[in-house]
Formats: sequence, C-alpha cells, structure tokens
Amino acid sequence: MMNDPKTRLRRTMMFVPGNSPKMINSADIYGADSLMFDVEDAIAVTEKDTARYLVANALKTLKFHSETVVRINHPTQTPFGIDDLKVILPAKPDMIRLPKVEDVSEVELVTGEIERVEKENGWPEGTINIIGAIESVKGLYNVREICRHPRLIAIALGAEDFIANLKTQRTKTGIELYYARSQILMAARDAEIQCMDTVFSDVRDMEGFEREVTNSRDMGFDGKSVIHPKQITEVHRIYTPDDKQLTHALKVLAAFDDSLKNHKGVLAVDGKMIDGPIVVRAQRIVDQAKAAGIDVEKKREEI
Amino acid sequence: MIKVLKKTAQAGFEEKNDLIVEVSPLQAESGIIIELQSPVKNQYGSHIETLIKDTVAAEGFSDVQVNVSDKGAWDYTIKARIIAALERGMA
Amino acid sequence: MKNAVGREIPAHISGISNTRLYEGTSAYTPAHTGAGKKLRAGKPHTDKILKSIDEAIEKTGLKNGQTISFHHHLRNGDYVMKMVMECIAAKGIKDITIASSSLSPCHDFLIDYIRDGTVTALESSGLRGQLGKYLTKNPGALKKPTIIRSHGGRARAIEAGELHIDTAFMAAPTCDRQGNATGRIGKSAFGSMGYAMIDAAYADKVVLITDNLVNDPVYPYSIPQTQVDYIVPVEAIGDPEGIASGAIRITKSPTQLLIAEYAAEVMDETGVLKDGFSMQMGSGGASLAAAKFIREKMEDQNITGSFGIGGITGIFADMLKDGLFKACYDAQTFDTTAVKSLSENPNHIEISASFYANPWNAGPIVNDLDVVILSATEVDLDFNVNVITDSNGICMGASGGHSDTAAGAALTIIVVPLIRGRLPMIRNHVQNVVTPGDDVDVIITERGLAINPKRTDLIEKLKDSKLPIMKIEDLQQLAYAFVGKPEEIKLSDDDRDIVAVVEYRDGSILDVIRKPLV
Repeated sequence: MMNDPKTRLRRTMMFVPGNSPKMINSADIYGADSLMFDVEDAIAVTEKDTARYLVANALKTLKFHSETVVRINHPTQTPFGIDDLKVILPAKPDMIRLPKVEDVSEVELVTGEIERVEKENGWPEGTINIIGAIESVKGLYNVREICRHPRLIAIALGAEDFIANLKTQRTKTGIELYYARSQILMAARDAEIQCMDTVFSDVRDMEGFEREVTNSRDMGFDGKSVIHPKQITEVHRIYTPDDKQLTHALKVLAAFDDSLKNHKGVLAVDGKMIDGPIVVRAQRIVDQAKAAGIDVEKKREEI
Repeated sequence: MIKVLKKTAQAGFEEKNDLIVEVSPLQAESGIIIELQSPVKNQYGSHIETLIKDTVAAEGFSDVQVNVSDKGAWDYTIKARIIAALERGMA
Repeated sequence: MKNAVGREIPAHISGISNTRLYEGTSAYTPAHTGAGKKLRAGKPHTDKILKSIDEAIEKTGLKNGQTISFHHHLRNGDYVMKMVMECIAAKGIKDITIASSSLSPCHDFLIDYIRDGTVTALESSGLRGQLGKYLTKNPGALKKPTIIRSHGGRARAIEAGELHIDTAFMAAPTCDRQGNATGRIGKSAFGSMGYAMIDAAYADKVVLITDNLVNDPVYPYSIPQTQVDYIVPVEAIGDPEGIASGAIRITKSPTQLLIAEYAAEVMDETGVLKDGFSMQMGSGGASLAAAKFIREKMEDQNITGSFGIGGITGIFADMLKDGLFKACYDAQTFDTTAVKSLSENPNHIEISASFYANPWNAGPIVNDLDVVILSATEVDLDFNVNVITDSNGICMGASGGHSDTAAGAALTIIVVPLIRGRLPMIRNHVQNVVTPGDDVDVIITERGLAINPKRTDLIEKLKDSKLPIMKIEDLQQLAYAFVGKPEEIKLSDDDRDIVAVVEYRDGSILDVIRKPLV
C-alpha cells in the first residue's frame, strides 16, 4: 500500500541536477522519498541532449531506493520536451514532472507518449505517472481541470516562475503564495491527488525552512520539494507524527478493525465518533510514523 | 545498418565522476580505436575499453576514433557520454 | 613467512635488523630494560646560544652514517628540516638517517639529498607528496626500506633503544636562553610539543631552533633546559599558513555528514554515550564531523564526558570550554583555536607521544579510550585498515595514531566512503595493513555499516537498530553493483623492491610496502 503511486509517501522530492554524475551517484543515500532528476532549468540549452542521455542511462543502470521522477522540458513551449520523453520514458522512471503546466492538453500530450511507450514495452498502464507543476497564473486558473486528468497523480507549486509572473518576490511570511498554495491544494483534494509544496532556496536558513515546512504541512500539503540533503531530515522530522497523534491513530484503526470483524455500526474512540475520513487520516498518520522509522507495531502492543 | 560519423564531436565535462568523450570519423575498415586516460586505468582500464567498444558498436558505428579523458566515471555515465557524442557527430 | 594478518614477510629484509613478525595485537610483552640517556655535564655560566645551524652541526660533531631527528608539529609549514639539511649537505656529510615523527609535502626537497647520498634512510610515520611517489617508484634510492611507525610505536622504539637518535633538531616556537621551550606562544606557535618531548629526552645531542628567543624564563615549558645542548635563533622556523590552519570547520559535504551522523548514532545505540565517557576523533572530514552530532546528543541527553584525546582541534576545544568534557589530552594541536585553548584552559593538558600511545609503558592514555572514530584510505573484508598507500600502491599517507587508538579504544569506529570516485573502498585485502582488523569494530560508509563479526556484543546491541547494518561482504557487493569489481594492481615480488616496512606499534613487522608494477 505504501508504494501505490497514488498514495505513497512523498514528504520530500529532492532536485538532482540531471547532468551531474557526481550528484546522481549519491542522490539515493539521503533518504528522500522521491528523487527528481532535472533536465529542465538546471541544464543549459546546449546540454539538453547530454543531460537526457545521462539521466536515462542512470535510471536504466542504477538501483534507486527512492521513487524516481524526471523533470522534462515543456513539451510545447520548448523544442526539447518531446525529445526528452523519447529518451527518458524507455528508461522507466516512476514519474514525469511536467513543468509550467497551463492546460490539460499538455498533460494529454505527455500521457499519449507514456501510453505509447508502455504499450511498446508491454508495461501495465499506469507504470509511469505524471506530476504537474503550476508555475504561472494561467496554470493556476486551469488547475482544477489539470488535476482531474487521470494520469496526473500529484500537483506541485513551482514558486520561482510563479512569483516572476506575479511581479513580486518571495517573502518570509509567504503572503505572496498564499492564494496559489490554497488554490492548488483545493484542486488536488477535489481531484483526490497529492500536493507538493515549492522549494525553499536559501539552504543556510534552516529556521526559515522549518517555519515554511510547518506552515505547508499545516495547510495540508503532502510534502515539500527540497534542494539539499540537509533539508530532507528536517522535512521528515516535521512530517513525523508525535506520540499523541500516533496513539490516537492506532486506537482509531483498532476500533475500525474491531467494528468490521464484529459488525458494529457506530464506533467511537475516547468518546468521539469515528467515521470514514478519520480512519483514512489515521492510516496516513501511521504510514508517516512508519516511514519515519517509528516502531509502530511495538507502539500498537503498548496501547 | 552501419552508420558513418559525419564529424568530430565531444560530450561530457571535466568533473569528478564524469568524463570527456571525443569521437572522430575514421576511414572504412579502421575499426574502433580507443585512447583512454583514467585515474582508475589499473583497476578498470580493460573493462572501460570493452564498454566503449561495445557502446559504439551497439550504436551502429564501426570506424571511430574515441578519445576518453576519464575522471572516475561509472559505467552508465561513460555510456551516456559516448551516445551523446556520437549523436552530436551525426548532426 | 605469513604473519598474523596474513601478510607474506620475507625472513630477512636487507638493511632491517628487525625480524620479529606481528603475532597479534597484544601478543608481545617486553621483559627487557629500555634505552638509557646519554649523560653530559653542563658547565656553569656557559652560553647555549649559537650563531648558526652550521655551528650547531660542528658542535654536535655530526658524522657520516648518523641518525638525526625532527618533529612534525610544523606540519606542511616546516622550514627547519630544510635549513638543517642544507647545512649538512654543504659540509659534505653523507649517509644520514632522518627519523622524523612524520613527513609532509614540504619535505619533497629530500629527494635531492637522497639522490646525492646525503640521506640514505628514513624512519617516519608516513610518506607523502612527491617524496612518497619517488620512493615508491625508486625503492633502491635509499639503502634500506623506510620504517613506518605509529606515533606510539615511535615513542616506544626510541624509549626501547630500537631507534637511537644522535642529534635531535627541534623547532621551538619560543624558548629562553637556557632552553626551556614551549609551542604555545610565538609567531610560529603550534601548541603541544608532544612528539618533540621524546626526541629531546633521548637524543644524544639536542639542538633547539627557534624564531622567538626570550630573556625571561619560559614557563610552563614542554622541553626542559636539562635536555638542551644548543640553541640556534633563526628568522623563521615555519610558514604560519602551513603550520596551523585557522579554525578547522566541520565539513559541508552531505555524504561525510551522513557518515558522521551514523557514527554518532552507533555510539548512542551501543551505550557509549554516557556520563564519564572518553573519546578521540580523527582530524579527517567525517570523523571530525561526528563531533557535531555527538555534541547534539550530549546536550539533548545532558551527558558530560570525562576526557578527549588528540590531535586536538578547535571543535573539541570548544566542547571542552562548554563543559561537555572535563579534560583533554593533547599530543598535537591542529588549529589556532586549539592552540589558544592549550594556553588558556587549564583542563587542556599537553602530553608526550609516549603518554599518548606508547604500548610499552605502564599506561598510555589511549588505553582508557571508550571510543575512537578514525578515517581510512581503504578497508578489507577482514576489517584491516590501510591509511598509508593509495589504490595504486603509492605511499601517500601516515600511520599516525591510527593503530594506537584502535588498539586502546573499547569501540573503534572507522568512517570511510564506500566508493571514492569509481573505486570501491572495501577490498578483499587492503593494499597495506596499518591497523589490524582485530582492533576494528565498526566500519561506516554512506550506504551502510558493517560490524566486526567478532564483536557479538555489538551485534546484539544493534540488532533492532534502524541503521543500515549489513555484512561487510554484502556492503562490498553493493559497491560492486555500482562500479564493478576492480582488478588487483600488480606488485613487484622482488625483495629489493620493498619500499617500506610497516611496524605494528609493538615493533613487530605488520606489513611491507612493495613497489607497484605499473
């Protein structure tokens, strides 16, 4: 269940420059839930070809623990995106990140390429999925429709371009992104897909990072894009449920199991009514705890 | 079908774990000629030469000079840089 | 003959009188009496100050075939060895053995004096730079293989009379007119004089070379006037840039930090981190970086340690200052922050190399270590560690206190990258053994940890750990899956191509370094 592409944990998605063998070689050791190999903004236009071959060969050869994602160039706004797909898709990444998505037709275009490669290789449909990144106002206005595309299993905010589009800059409070974050989250929840927050680019400012990650967690984001290994530990810490939350979640799940086995209608934990969404949320907390290395079974016995 | 390289081309960077590959066309029947500089030549020299030869052949070329200046690249990187250099040599 | 780490050692090595093979980490107990000190009668009201190094060489009566010594506290900024060797060569003295506590790249000039026969033998903790390369490729350039000793092993050899020093030329950052010397002050201050103390105590003649001769008595002193025959003032004994770095900082390399974090976690989970514990950290990236995580854990759990040993850096000096440890024992001071700490903090204690690590005294401080974290050039499936030769067999490192602290510490942790560039660092057999696997307990890499199977207690303690613990063979295979299996390099089996003899700290022969055939 934890590796179902629709529901697996994506607390952290780490950017890895797609033309740096040194960084690709060590990308997997820091425990990011997902690795996002970038052949888009991190790569000069004169090196798009070498980067896509490097990433494709890395995916074919190296064994990664983390989920693998490749950020391609935009398939219609640049001359590189389609070639990226031709080289990258046969290397079977778990996901394609579609940057600067503005219209659902772009998702359809990428899906078409994916389906073709899946068929050619005899892979089941859904082997490769898409995460879209909203990076413009136009994209934001279309986010609900984009999120409802069946191949899109997650949506992300890409703040740098979005901020440029807004004609402002990043602030400590994050006021400039408040509307976009909210909108994208609503669209993701409406479409029942995951939602990733944008990067925090000052790697030295760990306090600011903690504040921002805590805020986006509290808003409801499933995870954060990160650009440095030291940000990973911090996000995972913030996304790790505390003891009280975990205890409650385990009680909810135990009560739910009991109700199924013994055909009970109404159930309650600590005097509060339990229904569907609470069970789903409890399961999510338990998954997060497990991923963070907490011995959940031991905890379950203790209760 | 045998491909014939059109021109000399390069790929890769002089960085740790990377390499610079330069491919040049050779006359027919010359074969694949390799010049390898590598800090791990004692440990992986013959392995890397076989990898280069196999990669060039698999891409459909038979007469190519391949000069490699390696900085400790892993196999996938060597392969990726050769493929990219050959493609650039056909443009 | 194979010794106890499975190394083939010739029964007789030309120029080396020692034939005792390594039999185990504590196989040998000495029953004899050590070296005595040459007696000399200092005259009242004589001046020890000489005009030049040349005059000092005259006065000491240095002759062909003798042994002179230096310490390496000036590290890569040392001017003294060069000044002394220039005078010796100019006087036409030949066949000199240099017994330096270690050698740095600034000593590459020795190649010229080896070529012209001024220097014919070396005894050192290590060989590096161009000199290391030159001697590896030209073992015949010296009349016998270089003897490599650990810091404790060198102190032992001197005290046991195996290494006899005719004249010690000791750089002194500050000394008075009687020869009381300290490394704490002066423009070339380098801190502890731990290695120099042994040479000064046992050499037949002792010459101090200083760039800060003072009239007032120097106190506290590291070398007492009772051991000093002559003093030569010079313009500068070293280049401050090369002597002590400014404050050594913790690495920013995420891989090294990850390894360091694992090391601290192992200490925590095996119960080492508790009130009153003692530790040493190597000065390398990941071992030093462990301090950051150890500090966090000590502060979180409210733990106060007993003492640290070093190789002291400012990072440890700060832990001492902040009350995380009660004391630190310092045989070698690495950076300016630590030099300052030695001068100012009464709990920062200067010790000699013998106090530090000599296995043949009643108790070197390494024997009381709970844990040491050390780096490695490479390790092998038997947990042996190499820090002296690179993967191509070239001498590029030093034995240092590696085997001394590994032998003394209750828990020895080795931190090493699983793959450097393309080379896997877990070999079937290390190129050369400096620290035997029997003294190594845990090997930590960025992709996993291996526990010495002999340490069943540690395996038990860590059995429920979330750390990526695996068998060392599996860890090696993991590296091979990424980079393939390397071919072994070929070595000359001609006994005339023995570059160096690696002594274990007890003086037995642990390994020989052979010339690579490439």
